[in-house]
Amino acid sequence: MSGATPSAPGGLYSDVIRDRWRKPRHRGDLPGANAVAEDVNPLCGDRVRMMLAVAPEGRITDARFIGDSCAICTASADVVADLVSGRTRGEAAALDVSDVLAVLQAEIRPTRMRCATLPLSVLAQALDGARKP
Amino acid sequence: MRLDELTRPDFPILQRIVNGHPLVYFDSGASSQKPRAVLEAMTRYYERSHANVHRSIHTLGEEATELYELARDSVQRFIGAPSREEVVFTRGTTDGLGLIAETIGRTLGRGDEIIVTELEHHSNLIPWQLVAKDRAAVLKAVPIRDDGTLDLGALDRLLTARTRVLAFAHVSNVVGTINPVAEIVRRARAVKAFTVVDGAQAAPHLRLDMSVLECDFYVFSAHKMLGPTGIGVLYGRRAVLDSLEPGRGGSEMIKEVWIDHAQWNDLPWRFEPGTPPIAEAVGLTAAIEYLEKLGMDRVTEHERALTRQTHEGLARIPGVTVYGPPPGVERGAVVSFAVDGLHPHDVAALLDSEGIAVRAGHHCAMPLMRRLGVVGTSRATFSVFNSPDEVALLLTAVAGLRSVL
Repeated sequence: MSGATPSAPGGLYSDVIRDRWRKPRHRGDLPGANAVAEDVNPLCGDRVRMMLAVAPEGRITDARFIGDSCAICTASADVVADLVSGRTRGEAAALDVSDVLAVLQAEIRPTRMRCATLPLSVLAQALDGARKP
Repeated sequence: MRLDELTRPDFPILQRIVNGHPLVYFDSGASSQKPRAVLEAMTRYYERSHANVHRSIHTLGEEATELYELARDSVQRFIGAPSREEVVFTRGTTDGLGLIAETIGRTLGRGDEIIVTELEHHSNLIPWQLVAKDRAAVLKAVPIRDDGTLDLGALDRLLTARTRVLAFAHVSNVVGTINPVAEIVRRARAVKAFTVVDGAQAAPHLRLDMSVLECDFYVFSAHKMLGPTGIGVLYGRRAVLDSLEPGRGGSEMIKEVWIDHAQWNDLPWRFEPGTPPIAEAVGLTAAIEYLEKLGMDRVTEHERALTRQTHEGLARIPGVTVYGPPPGVERGAVVSFAVDGLHPHDVAALLDSEGIAVRAGHHCAMPLMRRLGVVGTSRATFSVFNSPDEVALLLTAVAGLRSVL
């Protein structure tokens, strides 16, 4: 399967994606989470749940995710959890798909872009929920 | 000569190189490729004979009408429909199922019951959900057994005097189960329920005979059976079609119109409002003639051999699970599988990097996915142009997948 294992950044599955798919750093439950959302990708049925622990002053102290998802979606969720940890709600809400893609170092084809963006849209829903009184 | 050796030169798209590899197209269950005969028939029609049908009093209009109605005769012959008036053209299976759900739906009352199955494509489920909501009707589903076959005992318990509709797939688009249509229709008849069969995954692969199946409605698409997108067939038993008010209105489906009422046209045009897909009908004729020339029994036999080779080959690969009826039980030209530790989307993407096109995901059958306990599957589906060598490529590629990601 030489054609399927491009190791250089920019391939179908970058080393970053493979590594985070095999060993995600932030996968698992977050019992103390106070901002939680879950959503599905209607194209494939993938499901991601993002859990954030947000301190009273608005800083995200921890982030975790669980879900049934492909390598790209899982890696993206893991990166999103990485990126939001330690940031304020406002900073987290400003995260863009380009921030995630920059870490993934992969060429995400249009048909798979929703896999990469699902965790971000779940993050936005979790942050929205957290803002509500 | 094997069927693929005979047919491959007729499919221009098979010359494509995809990601550095010759295309191996195992996604005909979603949409098949087209032989040159279909493409040329449609081009010839547009270049020589195009006009609107039925009310154009000029030469091109007559030619277009003749070609369009010839398609109806072709379909009638292809599916063994007793009469041409029973063949209604739609935009595709989803459109046909929606049309019949809306049409029957209007005759339903509060508490009437609609039965579907756990195997259904969303196209044969959602229209009935909408009807049930609109009419305060009750929607029930026949469960499947672990091997992907319908639990007919459960069907018998679900059928009641209130059952008005039984809607089910002839062949499952995910696990390939071939449902015993005539047998199921008999049971539904006993309670005077309408029977609606989704034939999208059967028409391209099996010899059909409506006089044997005896269902009230049978629906399928051209684009999965070597024909063009944009046209489908709704077969309806004449007595039943005659008894129903048209579901949708417009031109073509009327005889005479006043401001406050209208008189409906004869069958089948009563159910065909608006300008129909004419070029697509011409393409469908060509597709049917192509399949008939090969012979549907031979088509079935060829695809069954590929399906068996795939099923048995995949089942031998460690870490691969194949869903649906076990080897030896007849199934449609579809094999759904999972690779341990890999998501179906990643399986499809990795196979695509080898030029192999399979489908991955929930296949528009989320309740079935839930029943199988998976988010999705990877699915290979077959057509007349697929070869045993292509299956061998798939098997080798799948065997190497787990080391990749």
